[in-house]
Amino acid sequence: MKATDKDVAYVAELANLELTAEERGGMLRDLNSILAYVDLLNELDTSDVPPMAQVSDRYGVDESRQGSERFVYASREDILEGLRKSLPQAEALANAPDADEEFFRVPKVIER
Amino acid sequence: MELNSLTIEAARAAVQRREVTALELAEAHFARIKQEDGQIGAFLTLSKERALEQADRMDRMAAEGKTLPPLGGVPVGIKDVMSTRGLRTTAGSKILENYVPPYDCTAVARMEAAGAVVLGKMNCDEFAMGSSNENSAYRPVRNPRDLGRVPGGSSGGSAAAVAADMAVATLGSDTGGSIRQPASFCGVVGLMPTYGRVSRYGLIAFASSLDHIGPLTKTVTDAAIVLRTIAGRDPMDSTSAEVPVPDYVAELEKPFRGMRLGVAKEYFGEGLNDEVRQAVEAAIDKLKSLGCEIVPVSLPHTPYAIPTYYLIATAEASANLARFDGVRYGHRARGVQTLSEMYRRSRAEGFGAEVKRRIMLGTYALSAGYYDAYYLKAQKVRTLLTRDFDEAFRKVDAIVTPTSPTAAFRLGEKSNDPMAMYLADVYTVTADLAGIPGISVPCGVTREKLPIGLQILGKHFDEAAILRVAYAYEQA
Repeated sequence: MKATDKDVAYVAELANLELTAEERGGMLRDLNSILAYVDLLNELDTSDVPPMAQVSDRYGVDESRQGSERFVYASREDILEGLRKSLPQAEALANAPDADEEFFRVPKVIER
Repeated sequence: MELNSLTIEAARAAVQRREVTALELAEAHFARIKQEDGQIGAFLTLSKERALEQADRMDRMAAEGKTLPPLGGVPVGIKDVMSTRGLRTTAGSKILENYVPPYDCTAVARMEAAGAVVLGKMNCDEFAMGSSNENSAYRPVRNPRDLGRVPGGSSGGSAAAVAADMAVATLGSDTGGSIRQPASFCGVVGLMPTYGRVSRYGLIAFASSLDHIGPLTKTVTDAAIVLRTIAGRDPMDSTSAEVPVPDYVAELEKPFRGMRLGVAKEYFGEGLNDEVRQAVEAAIDKLKSLGCEIVPVSLPHTPYAIPTYYLIATAEASANLARFDGVRYGHRARGVQTLSEMYRRSRAEGFGAEVKRRIMLGTYALSAGYYDAYYLKAQKVRTLLTRDFDEAFRKVDAIVTPTSPTAAFRLGEKSNDPMAMYLADVYTVTADLAGIPGISVPCGVTREKLPIGLQILGKHFDEAAILRVAYAYEQA
């Protein structure tokens, strides 16, 4: 498969990345060189192979937890004991590029 | 006493016996950093106040005759992808230039609880993406063994600091080889534990199913000491495993004779530098002469590891890096009118070229129409790669390979060719995909005196076995 200019523009939009015209050209070249290499995987017949998203799915220490991410998260000790305490508001806001004493401040959300 | 060449054991013992104070030890390392780091560039941020406070605490313990904890007074460095409360953490990126985390990474907290003195934060490739440390937004790290060469990436600062005696030990992170490859290039020991052995809480995520935290040290014993300190279940990371942590240091002394070591032909094919091949083959002969059995094994899917890795790592990275939107922390572009403009421009200004390239590839691989062809396909091949190891480990206790196909390359040599750079990880990525542990130990130098690394891979949660092989080799 070969990516096109249009793909690069579309993916940049999805990724919330503004690219200059020059960057778009470089990206198209790099993407296609990597994708050409990645096509190597098509040599393998994987129709009967299950996908592997997480290592712990395979060696799961607790058999009952295997295979289901949701189940693993549901048994997190900190959640079982109730939700973890939030950061104090001042600390949570301390790294914000723009905030008042209570909120993160952002440009108008209503216009995209 | 030469204060800058001590191992963890020697440094702690010296502080305990009050032959040197932890304060003097820290000062000696800061002096060394001042003298050397202008050229090398291993540190991004120094934490002198935090270090001296901890050193003072350890000195008072020693003065009171109390037994110091295992890392008592030992000067260490932390790769700048691990959060440190109150201490700037950048992940090597401009987007986090002024970020000061409100909490500590579990591995760092455990190091400090064990008495370690944190000197500062180590330079690295931006968001741990790179094989040469040339992708740091701040400055490249230079290899202390040859300043014209790269230290390897992405834990290049962590490896270089240990190699140049600016820290006794450091923490790095490994997603595709980022602890083992720089350890190999700089001539130090680098250990990647099993996935889930060490909590990732507080690690700035690159690819969550592949990220591992581990130590870079001067000796195998030191690697065992650090692993013993940081390993074990952490309720803050649901993927950290509830598996007992052995005393890795005691494990080193267990018999090595009779262990079965696998050698896979796929790791000795085309692309392997001759000098590296000779050094690794000599190391394997030496292990054989020490009493282990060498067994040929096959890892037939190895040629598919790099494409699989780049699809999975970039897909996960594109999701993880979505949190950098200029709202809660990090860089925000000025003069923007709308929210989406703020996102797009902040990210454009904050991320470097390699990070953008990987976000784009990952987003592409996950996007509608390409998910099955790329991301799902890669996950299936990941299963095949993992089965290769399962099969091999039915026959052997550990597998020995070169860590990297070449010794350290020159700065700039591969920086314009992403594919060439990605291939530097050809022998390391498979272990990350399978989640098995791996260690790199020095096994000689090239004619140009550049270090060569021997990689030893083990079964899930069997770090003890690879440490034992590495230790036997190191001691021989």
